[in-house]
Amino acid sequence: MNNEQKLKAAFIEALGLNESTNVEALTYNSIPEWDSIAHMALVAQLDDQFDIMLDTDDIIDISSFEKAKEVLSKYEVEFV
Amino acid sequence: MIEELLSSENPYQQHRLAKQSMLLEQLNELTSFHYQHCIPYQRIIDKTATPQQAARLEDIPYLPVQLFKMLDLFSMPASEHFKTLNSSGTTGQQVSRIHIDRTTSVLQTKALNTIVRSFLGKSRLPMIIVDNNFLKNRLQFSARSAGTIGFSQFGHHHLYLLDDEMKVQEQELEAFLERYSGQPIFLFGFTFIIWEYLLQYYRARNRKLDLSGSKLIHGGGWKKLQEQSVSDAEFRRLLKEQFGLTEVYNYYGMVEQVGSIYMQCEQGHLHTPDFADVLVRDPDTLDVVPYGQKGLIQVLSILPRSYPGHSLLTEDMGTIVGEDDCRCGRKGKYFTIEGRLPKAELRGCSDTFTLQT
Repeated sequence: MNNEQKLKAAFIEALGLNESTNVEALTYNSIPEWDSIAHMALVAQLDDQFDIMLDTDDIIDISSFEKAKEVLSKYEVEFV
Repeated sequence: MIEELLSSENPYQQHRLAKQSMLLEQLNELTSFHYQHCIPYQRIIDKTATPQQAARLEDIPYLPVQLFKMLDLFSMPASEHFKTLNSSGTTGQQVSRIHIDRTTSVLQTKALNTIVRSFLGKSRLPMIIVDNNFLKNRLQFSARSAGTIGFSQFGHHHLYLLDDEMKVQEQELEAFLERYSGQPIFLFGFTFIIWEYLLQYYRARNRKLDLSGSKLIHGGGWKKLQEQSVSDAEFRRLLKEQFGLTEVYNYYGMVEQVGSIYMQCEQGHLHTPDFADVLVRDPDTLDVVPYGQKGLIQVLSILPRSYPGHSLLTEDMGTIVGEDDCRCGRKGKYFTIEGRLPKAELRGCSDTFTLQT
């Protein structure tokens, strides 16, 4: 699994989404599944999956799938 | 300006005069903004003949905080609506409804961040939440869980310490402490719950726990502890004795001004951050009283954009101890909270409006 797929899987797992969800189009609070509670679950999932510890500032910044990629790049997680 | 304040490493650095003029400008702007965008607010201001542009902080018009329990006040089109925050409240009691847009939500999160990080440091800490795991039952979502979620972002590998019967899960705690031994832990909880279900639990069993070097943040009010005559000093003393906790910080805040929290320092004083302030008013005349005199707390904050909550008169009684010269080194006013205005004295909001000249 490449990092993009790993990230997608993390979103699906943490937010409890259907496999077929268009994760790339999601934004924070745009669907009931991605609320503040689920956001914490997502952060925990990202910490674990990529073996990092997200900074609190970055936690707020993860407001979409694209944004998540941008933030993770700061932690040397590469997306091609 | 606000961006700068909310990304500062130290949110307690503005001196009196600079802070006052900055707040005055920002708050006057907010008064005009809400006047233009919230019709009920406009009506209230018009009725009271309050100047929209205040010359001093104490002249800024204020709403009684209870008003948010009676009216839905917001200054945004419905399409901008992001979420509604509800205050806690027992069954049958009216709760506040605060309408938040994205901008305000981001400001609130950033404000909380800059404040809490100045106490806990930049990195997230292993976190113990002194409560049961409300994530398991989302329907019970309350103001208590909302507060906890806000603070959860400062921790990782969160342990919910209590089970559904509010009993300490000792095995889980032991494993957690083992796993993170030698590291500072961040404990968070509501004052009364920490008292009743953590401190009393260990006191009743006459057992100690080593949490030295860890940090505890607690809030939510003293009402229930006051009934048992437990003071803040006593609470802190017992936490030290029972758990070796020396870094214990109370905070004062409310759902009507999320993000603007007032953290307690090492000296036991609550501190106003650079983007918020407090005034104390006489409960009868509503005049501002001198420092050192007890009265009703008015809270000012430059965060509320989506609802007219930038200047609110609370039902809490408190005293400003001083300004810019707390021994902890933080600038800004510092104060204490001493309970609530007794219910019998509660005046209707119409009284509050007419008394404000």
